[in-house]
Amino acid sequence: MTPPRVVVLGWGNPSRGDDALGPEFLVRAEAMAAGAPGAFEFVTDFQLQPEHATDLDGRDLALFVDASRALATPIAFTEVEPRRDATFTTHGMSPAAVLAAFRAAFGREPPAAFQLAIAGVGFELGTAMSDEAERHLVAALALFARLATTPSAAAWRRFAQSA
Amino acid sequence: MSFELETAAQPAGLRRVAIDPVSRVEGHGKVTILLDADDRVHQVRLHIVEFRGFERFVQGRPYWELPVMVQRLCGICPVSHHLAAAKALDVIVGATHLTPTAEKIRRLMHYGQILQSHALHFFHLASPDLLFGFDSDAAKRNIVAVAAQYPDIARKGVLLRKFGQEVIRVTAGKRVHGTGAIPGGVNKALTREERDALQADAYTMIGWSREAVALVKRLHFANASLYNSFAAFRSNLLSLVADDGALDLYHGGLRARDAGGKLIFDHVDYHRYWDQITEEVKPWSYMKFPYLRTLGPDEGWYKVGPLVRVQNCDHIPTPLADAERREFVDFGGGTPIHATLAYHWARMIEMLFAAEEIKALLHDDDLLGDDLVVKGERQRRGVGVIEAPRGTLIHHYRINNNDQVMRANLIVSTTHNNQALNEAIRQVAKRYLDGRKLTEGLLNHIEVAIRAFDPCLSCATHALGQMPLAVDLVDAEGTCLDRLQRGSDGAVSQPLPT
Repeated sequence: MTPPRVVVLGWGNPSRGDDALGPEFLVRAEAMAAGAPGAFEFVTDFQLQPEHATDLDGRDLALFVDASRALATPIAFTEVEPRRDATFTTHGMSPAAVLAAFRAAFGREPPAAFQLAIAGVGFELGTAMSDEAERHLVAALALFARLATTPSAAAWRRFAQSA
Repeated sequence: MSFELETAAQPAGLRRVAIDPVSRVEGHGKVTILLDADDRVHQVRLHIVEFRGFERFVQGRPYWELPVMVQRLCGICPVSHHLAAAKALDVIVGATHLTPTAEKIRRLMHYGQILQSHALHFFHLASPDLLFGFDSDAAKRNIVAVAAQYPDIARKGVLLRKFGQEVIRVTAGKRVHGTGAIPGGVNKALTREERDALQADAYTMIGWSREAVALVKRLHFANASLYNSFAAFRSNLLSLVADDGALDLYHGGLRARDAGGKLIFDHVDYHRYWDQITEEVKPWSYMKFPYLRTLGPDEGWYKVGPLVRVQNCDHIPTPLADAERREFVDFGGGTPIHATLAYHWARMIEMLFAAEEIKALLHDDDLLGDDLVVKGERQRRGVGVIEAPRGTLIHHYRINNNDQVMRANLIVSTTHNNQALNEAIRQVAKRYLDGRKLTEGLLNHIEVAIRAFDPCLSCATHALGQMPLAVDLVDAEGTCLDRLQRGSDGAVSQPLPT
């Protein structure tokens, strides 16, 4: 069976405040995409890990979604290239490192991949997502609605360049 | 009691080096080192944030939510917390014995977790250090560099992880946030199709696990003097063992040995673990220091995890792993091996054991049964213990009449290993840092020792851009004299002049 052309990977701990942004984005985006069955697959996890490289197999596009503490803007949408870096931890990998792991595991180039970072402010255990993060999530979903209508690398690249 | 290099005799005037956070380790931790003007080491401490916040988090919640909630403790070994909580709740609901189907499905889930966790650690975390050397270029010490030079290793690491995750998915119901284990049993059996699909790959996983054992042995033998001495220290050993003394990572009694291998206690019922284990509080650490009650805090501290388990048991009940265990034990010459880097070798023996166990379970028709749950006389207190990938994991709950959690106590493997981890980095600091100028390569030696234990430093957040490594040299007045930092992209920089 042919897998959906686009895989959306979102990760985070739902019990740690704004770290829930990635999983929550997936829940809402999946509901939005219900009208286009078979086009998208949504994969959620606690952490981004090497085996997520296998989720990229057979796709045209990949979208990585996570909370970010390093953003000056509510959201950031950028293209990601496979890259050797030293960010690997048992705690998780960067999207770039997962793309590089795909290259290592399959011996070919990964699909075009983009990263949607959503700014979070609080990450304490047992806290709910902050109001600020909720606003950022709405902005991220609005962008996803536009991305979902044009699921091609060229179109997403234009979005990334104009962001 | 203070151990050597735990507390400086005259801390005033010493420089402080902080490695914060420890990179390539789950969660966040910090190492502080006090040096004098001649770079002599006077104090070394590992600081780790523990799970006390989580214990408060679950108070007041209905007990049946625990097996799902506790998975949010750790994104690396959620299945271990899931099963330890379920085992504690088996006691609460009076399930003294599970049905064969329930127990075998839980075991399959657990060994899937062991396989994928050990594969992650060796292939993607430890192998850069071991294959390229601790002093190698920092940019090279990552899995992508391993993939470039050893592509087969990286590929097998990814696919072993994937297989383990698939075992977890079919037994827990979902890839993450699984619900498979419930108080008194499980909520689903395997279908024949699920079992057959896993069976098809099980033999390949055994083959790859054997190759991993062979690789780690080759690395150990190739540099035996380093591997045998690096961060080595003697300690007591603690783990579960089966009734017949076999290695069993799902269930058993507590066995402790001293550093020479002599039994301290054996087959102790873990439901009263506090009769044997208690914890010491130290003012400089958030994490407690467990020790064996009969020996006291000075002599009773111990280590847990793969290095302990393969030596503490009498045999491994699968043939290939047991042959490897015998070779490992023979290498020790009749006494326990205490070399920190031998954790890697032992971990791969356990991965092979897990692969063999998975294969055997997948040929057992009990996995397809429909007798899933038992219940009995309700209890107020439940203790569940399991051998998680990193070591012994204890979950202890008290429940009130409204079925709410009144009190929770979790002793995770990294807490058991608290003193051992501190001993390991003090050995490294004495041997490699004392009297020498700090470099990134030298500091990586500290991290290599920590990573060998595979500690889980609490599941803090992992938002993008959050994992720098910073090393500050600070004088007695708190002025930063020098800084070495690794950014979230892995780049190392020195923003302040030396």
